[in-house]
Amino acid sequence: MIEQLKALELESLDKLKAIDSLSDLDQWRVEVLGRKGSLALLLRGMGQLPAADRPAVGARANEVKNTLEAAYALAENGIKQQAIGQRLHQDQVDVTLPGRRPGSGRLHLSTQSLQEIGRIFATMGFQVWESPEVELDLFNFELLNIPPYHPARDMQDTFYTTNSDILLRTHTSPGQIRVMRRYAPEPIRVILPGKCYRFEQVTTRSDIQFYQVEGLAVGRHITLADLKGTIANFAIQMFGPGREVRFRYSYFPFTEPSVEADVDCIICGGKGCRLCKYSGWLEIMGAGMVHPTVLRNGGYDPDIYSGFAFGMGPGRISMLQHAIDDIRYILTSDLRFLEQF
Amino acid sequence: MRVPVSWLKEYVNLTLTPDELAYRLTMSGLEVEKIEHTGADWERDKLVVGEIVETKPHPNADRLTIALVNDGSSAEPKLCITGAPNIKPGMQHVKVPFARLGATIVDGHTDDGSTFVIKPAKLRGIASEGVLCSEKELGISADHSGIMLLDPRAPVGMPLVDWLGDTVLEIAILPNIARALSVTGVAREVAALTGEKLRYPQLTGEGTGPAIAGQIHVDKIHVEIADPDLCARYSAAIIRHVTIGPSPLWMQRRLTLAGMRPINNIVDITNYVMLELGQPLHAFDYDRLPLEQGRKQIVVRRARPGEQMRTLDGQLRTFTPDMLLITAGETPVAIGGIMGGEDTEVHGGTRTILLEAANFDFINNRRAAQLLRLPSEAAGRFGRGVDPELTIPALQRAGEFMRLYAGGAVDQGFADAYPGRKPPLTIPLTAREVQRLLGMDLSQAEIAALLRSLDFQVAEQGEVLLVTVPSFRLDVTIAADLVEEVGRVIGSDRLPATQLADELPPPHRDLLWEHEQAVKEILVGCGLQEIITYSMTTPEAEAKVYLDTPEAAGHSPAYIRLANPISSERTAMRRTLLNSMMENLALNLRYRQRITIFEVARVYLPEGGSGDGLPAEPARLGIALTGPRIPHDWSQGTAEAPPLDFFDLKGIVETLLTDRLHIQGVAFRSASHPSMHPGRCAELLIQDQVAGVLGEVHPLVAERYDIPGRVCLAEIRLDQVLPQVQTMHLYHTISRFPAVTQDIAVIVDDETAAAAVEQVIRETGSSLLRHVQLFDIYRGEQIPSGKKSLAYTLEFQADDRTLTEDEVATLRHQIVQTLAERLGASLRA
Repeated sequence: MIEQLKALELESLDKLKAIDSLSDLDQWRVEVLGRKGSLALLLRGMGQLPAADRPAVGARANEVKNTLEAAYALAENGIKQQAIGQRLHQDQVDVTLPGRRPGSGRLHLSTQSLQEIGRIFATMGFQVWESPEVELDLFNFELLNIPPYHPARDMQDTFYTTNSDILLRTHTSPGQIRVMRRYAPEPIRVILPGKCYRFEQVTTRSDIQFYQVEGLAVGRHITLADLKGTIANFAIQMFGPGREVRFRYSYFPFTEPSVEADVDCIICGGKGCRLCKYSGWLEIMGAGMVHPTVLRNGGYDPDIYSGFAFGMGPGRISMLQHAIDDIRYILTSDLRFLEQF
Repeated sequence: MRVPVSWLKEYVNLTLTPDELAYRLTMSGLEVEKIEHTGADWERDKLVVGEIVETKPHPNADRLTIALVNDGSSAEPKLCITGAPNIKPGMQHVKVPFARLGATIVDGHTDDGSTFVIKPAKLRGIASEGVLCSEKELGISADHSGIMLLDPRAPVGMPLVDWLGDTVLEIAILPNIARALSVTGVAREVAALTGEKLRYPQLTGEGTGPAIAGQIHVDKIHVEIADPDLCARYSAAIIRHVTIGPSPLWMQRRLTLAGMRPINNIVDITNYVMLELGQPLHAFDYDRLPLEQGRKQIVVRRARPGEQMRTLDGQLRTFTPDMLLITAGETPVAIGGIMGGEDTEVHGGTRTILLEAANFDFINNRRAAQLLRLPSEAAGRFGRGVDPELTIPALQRAGEFMRLYAGGAVDQGFADAYPGRKPPLTIPLTAREVQRLLGMDLSQAEIAALLRSLDFQVAEQGEVLLVTVPSFRLDVTIAADLVEEVGRVIGSDRLPATQLADELPPPHRDLLWEHEQAVKEILVGCGLQEIITYSMTTPEAEAKVYLDTPEAAGHSPAYIRLANPISSERTAMRRTLLNSMMENLALNLRYRQRITIFEVARVYLPEGGSGDGLPAEPARLGIALTGPRIPHDWSQGTAEAPPLDFFDLKGIVETLLTDRLHIQGVAFRSASHPSMHPGRCAELLIQDQVAGVLGEVHPLVAERYDIPGRVCLAEIRLDQVLPQVQTMHLYHTISRFPAVTQDIAVIVDDETAAAAVEQVIRETGSSLLRHVQLFDIYRGEQIPSGKKSLAYTLEFQADDRTLTEDEVATLRHQIVQTLAERLGASLRA
């Protein structure tokens, strides 16, 4: 019996060595260790052994069983490892192949800058206000202190409609009058974003349609120094810390004093480069203190109230931010352009 | 405006470099757009002032002249050979620009500005030792018609750059520039900015001839202003015995630098004085002024309807009564402040000049110049306003020049009609007002000093400054103007940057604006690219997107049309985004297969306006999809992905309106639309109101845009949608009890809308029916023809208990029964 056990052990271990799949392994387990397996069959003969031999045979049989079970566990682990290894090997990919992009949409570049400008001014208490694009001459010019044939009209070549009192607004400033008339005598802090139109030759620097963001603050204690502080805040929020703003005195019919606001060049920081045309400064907006006539037309007494206004082009801002050299891309809505932002 | 720095120096000491000067001017409101240096590249040792000491004919060539030039380098003159027509044998003591051997000059025979180095060369057997230069060869102008002649005062041998070199500032002409639209005007600014003193030109032009005087002196000239509203002042002088010829070289040089072409002494003097003082002048040939009523007279009056005159550019002009003419009573001789007449123009034989210095209403002048399309130098100035006090100084200055440089004798006195004289304006100003607007504290004394530096007269009365505005400051009329003067002279560097400290306005949140931004963000989340296109189009372009006429679809044909379109492709304001979307697809399909885009923009509907003549500008959302549903990638191989179709578009609209904006009552109804495929088009309904259209574009419409595949297109009335956005929708409890799912398949008539089936299922299923999902549509075997099978997964769940099988079976049974009753549906076996 001892010999038979020995032979079974050797034979079974031999078979086990040749097994390389989980199903064969399972079959081996049934055949060898199962309830009707070869070991169980052999041990059924135990009863016929003399009683004195039984303990020794029993001990031996346990040993064999343990050995075979341990061998089984080892083989099972080996086969599983091998199988996983194989699967992992087969799954291997060229990680340099292009990824599958979910096809993200994007906001138009102008919307992105418009929203960013809006968010920045919102932190300073400016709310959004919208006004018509097709405007009365009265609001676009006359109430803004630009009478008919005034030389200031040359600054803004205008699309007129077949009704000569009605035009396409050349700037968002008519919204100043509309918002003042709506809220006078409340204090006002608004930004007025929107499309504007100018009768101009289309060039790399100007298009017949563009966005403008007007800002207007009216109250009892608003000063040119506040305007400078507000624009400095904006420049730092928009272009990053350390930006400086300078004012150049200028002329707009609806502001007095009037200034052009420049920010030190975002590329060279003022040393001079191609972007700033070696001036060290980038013009970002026109601004000034609301002209007393305009305040009065809006329903505010200019002796009591003062206000500032500014106007900038988000197109110009994004051209600066991304070094875009041709404004015409912005309205062609060429996806090859838009998908870059 | 071009301002030569050398000219500027005549009136003010310059302590700054041209660059510094340009910076100071720019910061204070005179924007220097360009700084031009002439002669910066002239070699000091090679380009010098030379003097022709002797000229003789070239022995071997008739058209060449030999000039012996003293260039100051040696006693021996240099020999030059020239073919220039203005250097003739016999000329002596003429100063010229002389280029020594080795100098680099511009090639006079090409137009590309190329240069060359002068090398020793023989011309017809005689060696030349240098070159006499034309303006073109020096790079000053395009003039190569002769050698440039220098002022006789030029010192021989001086580096040419020291004599001729200059810096010209180009100053932007803003509408308020009247105060500085002259060299003295700029000099006055410079003086104020640098603390220097202005040296105004000496006006010594007192006449020495017989006296003339204004309206009374009828024997010489009678001046009358019939329309004083358009002409505040008309002054005139008479200069006799002039000889027309070239003006002095220094004057020509300055005119050239300032961008004007020298013509003759009389014209040059009028231009020079205009540039110097800012007063446009006009010279008439006195003898050619017609005698009317037996006398020479000037009558300034509005034109009569249809009145005509030939202007000195040779054009016959016809006038309207709102244009102002200078006439000899009846006969027009000039358009006031715009251009003179041909018949009275100064010519080679002119002996007597009537010199006009007048002041015209700037608005009327601009209007007339625009109507006549005559943008002259004079009109450019009058149209921005000219100081009415300038007429006499300008006549004095010009008269003196004509005496000096045209041999003229100036009659004593001036004719001077001045009906528009205004008393000087005095504006009260306080330091408090300056503080209120600028936000910086300045003492009363400092403010007064700053204003005085700009020639304002300031009287201090307690805490009030009484500021009298000089006549040349037409741009200063109110206290705020004075505040700007103060601000710009101290410079913006001193202006502090402060934070708004004023009361915050009450909040007025613009929810519609926010919702509009939300719409964009949601669509971006759906994978769409936002586009922005032109608002201007043509009615014809928009008609393209409708298979029928737009009217056939109930669309109005009324457009906001432009009176002055810039191109034939942009003549009117768009009424729809549909055409814009199609145009954009067509453009981008050249580079892309798959395009998913949207635009949020206004359309312009004249009929919807609010009574003030302005159109309604409702916001619209346009969506366009075309190409494969799934973007192609390498793992698909060459397999064709199915195209984006109606349901992709509808899914986006549903996601937007229902899932994200929580709008109630969104429904879709089969519809016909002149742009759309008749079988794949729906109207969007919100609370039973039509709020848009979506569908696949009719193939014949797509063909018009050369788009071959399926195109999905929607236009949604955002103005109706946005007010419906729910910001406060209720949340659904997430049940802790298990859900039970059941599949049912029902057979209905082919025409039965899926939405109707789903509606019955939902209504019958009660609140326990949590989800209904259509997972299959089947027609064919086992289904009678004219019928279809719709298969749904129904999910039941209660919030407070586990549903029993009986409960679910009952609900399911009720659903099937109701479907049978209402829609004639039968359960598929």
